[in-house]
Amino acid sequence: MLELFSYGDTGWGDELAAGLSVTLQLALATLPVGLALGFLAAACTLSRRRPLKLLGAGYTTIIRGLPELLTLFVVYNGLGLALNALAQWWNPDGGPLELSPFIAGVVALGLVFGGFSGEVLRGAFQALHPGQIEAGQSIGMKPHQIFIRIKLPQVWRFALPGLGNLWINLLKDTALVSVIALDDLMRMTKIAVGVTKQPFVFYLAACCIYWICCVASEFALAGMEKRANRGIRRA
Amino acid sequence: MEFLDILIVYWPKLLDGALMTMKLTLLGALIAGLLAPSLALFRLRAGAIAQFPFRLYVSFARGTPLLAQMFLIYYGSGQFRPYLQDIGAWQFFRDPFNCALLAFVLNSTAYQTEILRGGLMGVAHGEIEAAKAIGMTHLTALRRVTLPHAYRIAWPALGNEIILLMKASALASVVTVFDLMGQTRLIFSKTFDFSVYIWAAVIYLCLTASFVRIWDYLERRLSPHIHGKRRAALARGRVSA
Amino acid sequence: MKRRRIALFAVAAILACGAVTAQAADKLRLGTEGAYPPFNYFDTAGHLVGFDVEIGQALCDHMKVECELVAQDWDGIIPGLLANKYDFIIASMFITDERKRQVDFTDPYYLAAMTHVAAKDSGITEFTNEALQGKIIGAQSGTTQAEFIQTAYPDADIRLYPTQDEVNLDLANGRLDLQVGDMLPMLDWVTKTDDGACCELVGEPITDPKFVGDGVGIAVRQEDDDLRTALNAALAEIRADGTYKKINDKYFTLDVYTMKASSAQ
Repeated sequence: MLELFSYGDTGWGDELAAGLSVTLQLALATLPVGLALGFLAAACTLSRRRPLKLLGAGYTTIIRGLPELLTLFVVYNGLGLALNALAQWWNPDGGPLELSPFIAGVVALGLVFGGFSGEVLRGAFQALHPGQIEAGQSIGMKPHQIFIRIKLPQVWRFALPGLGNLWINLLKDTALVSVIALDDLMRMTKIAVGVTKQPFVFYLAACCIYWICCVASEFALAGMEKRANRGIRRA
Repeated sequence: MEFLDILIVYWPKLLDGALMTMKLTLLGALIAGLLAPSLALFRLRAGAIAQFPFRLYVSFARGTPLLAQMFLIYYGSGQFRPYLQDIGAWQFFRDPFNCALLAFVLNSTAYQTEILRGGLMGVAHGEIEAAKAIGMTHLTALRRVTLPHAYRIAWPALGNEIILLMKASALASVVTVFDLMGQTRLIFSKTFDFSVYIWAAVIYLCLTASFVRIWDYLERRLSPHIHGKRRAALARGRVSA
Repeated sequence: MKRRRIALFAVAAILACGAVTAQAADKLRLGTEGAYPPFNYFDTAGHLVGFDVEIGQALCDHMKVECELVAQDWDGIIPGLLANKYDFIIASMFITDERKRQVDFTDPYYLAAMTHVAAKDSGITEFTNEALQGKIIGAQSGTTQAEFIQTAYPDADIRLYPTQDEVNLDLANGRLDLQVGDMLPMLDWVTKTDDGACCELVGEPITDPKFVGDGVGIAVRQEDDDLRTALNAALAEIRADGTYKKINDKYFTLDVYTMKASSAQ
């Protein structure tokens, strides 16, 4: 049975490894996009202007209320149609634009991550002590200095557990892109099952690979939390 | 209006799908909810070695995608059909609804157990001591003091978990269970009309929003001493204590 | 100074995205499913192979263009064409009126029929709605077979699967009583594979043009008339010069273009 997983032409080991690489690439590419959207959403929700507040709250509520699979289909089918319409309007004679499924996956998963992390970051920003910000202002710090030197390190510490959970969910959600034909680990597993007719072995192997990635992430996150909380006295 | 047309034509199918989604979610959450208290107590009281297999199960359920778990149960059981037939379990695994439900129950139990464990740890030790001091047996104290308070603490997190289960139910369509997502994909593959996805999104949002309202209402009913009308009136200064 | 740096960085990031690229002119992308042996499937080395794939590459050779293969799940194969992920689809797609509303088809490159498949000892001999009431019937979703079973057997318990492989798996393990599939892949499955040995073709082939359509064609976007004409011309060429027969005989014992016994062409 182990020869099923060997590298080379007869075994599926190299295909699964390639799939894992795509999975990790997808997750790592989505992280900055999702975090950026999360910060934007948190900024909108915390803003004093009503329309921005509605925009931020609307975005996080809708994204958190929809199944990720549905979001993925909407982005995959809808974004392609929208981009083509845009391209046609911009340049009616020119050739059509191409949207890779990887980018569709990054956008969809990034939107989901942004919606959830927006709420986590909002909670973190709200937990900041206003006295510290006043202190920064009183010694003449500019707003962006206050943000980088005072707000951000503390927000990082407060938000890390929540963001860590979201990262692990992101790793698992990448399995959904197999449904839109991106060659990630889940999809390569399905192909292997289709050829070898051994579903139990391969799906169990896929589960274990995801499991190892998640456990490794949990260890790394625990280490990061320890470092972020260094010097803080616990109640 | 074209956007409405698809709803007018396909609303029975979408309704069927929505009902199936609710059936899967509520049944899964209920069964997991029945299993969670005893497992949470076990998790708190039992020794480290006894806990190890359980902690392994929770780590697996939370560390692997639900999609992979469903494929494992559905197609994996198919591969072992002769053995399952021998022990009489094939009739259960033959039905895709059962396989999907099993995957959801296993997943939700793991999460609900951890949430309830957090709730149990939040019950002040003083309350349990007080219960013992007035002569309650261990079981009675559990029933009348510990568990109600633990549920009250865990209530919002449990609500979140049920909503996540409802969203995860969308995956049942990959093992031929026709929930709302499955019906939507079927309609899209026939008509290629993108608006069916928008309608599905609207229906999902309605389902989750209604559930959140019901859950919040239940929370207020269960903790009148925190959220009740009299308490609110007291806070507003309308009624004297 | 810092602001300029941020602006430059932002511009560089946007340019570096490379997410959207314009099309190259003399390269075509061929879309197929990859889960439908013997027409299009993955071998153990992970390459796309099969009758459809080889015909497609032969057509590209005759049109003197370079073709790139793109695999796409069946459910999204037509939306993928419309969204420009590839330029034409060769994936054993039946030509039907409903599909013609979304895409244009070339001339058929082979004829097809559907068939019922059941386990060898199933005892199913009648194929009417009453006889099959309550039976569990499966097909791949989004196919004409799925349309057929939903129209012809509304009282049966119908199951639809994302890929043909999964239908086969469930028929082999007994979850399904019956499945309706494309005749040639089903013949290939029951005669040439280990797991297909459980089952056999039953009943008469289904040739109702409402479901079977006018044969199996290559789908192109409705505005790509030039491509369609070029493909038709190339198809005629490979029929004439024997390339088609060579590929056909590699996979089948009969001439799938006419569905008759293979004869000297």
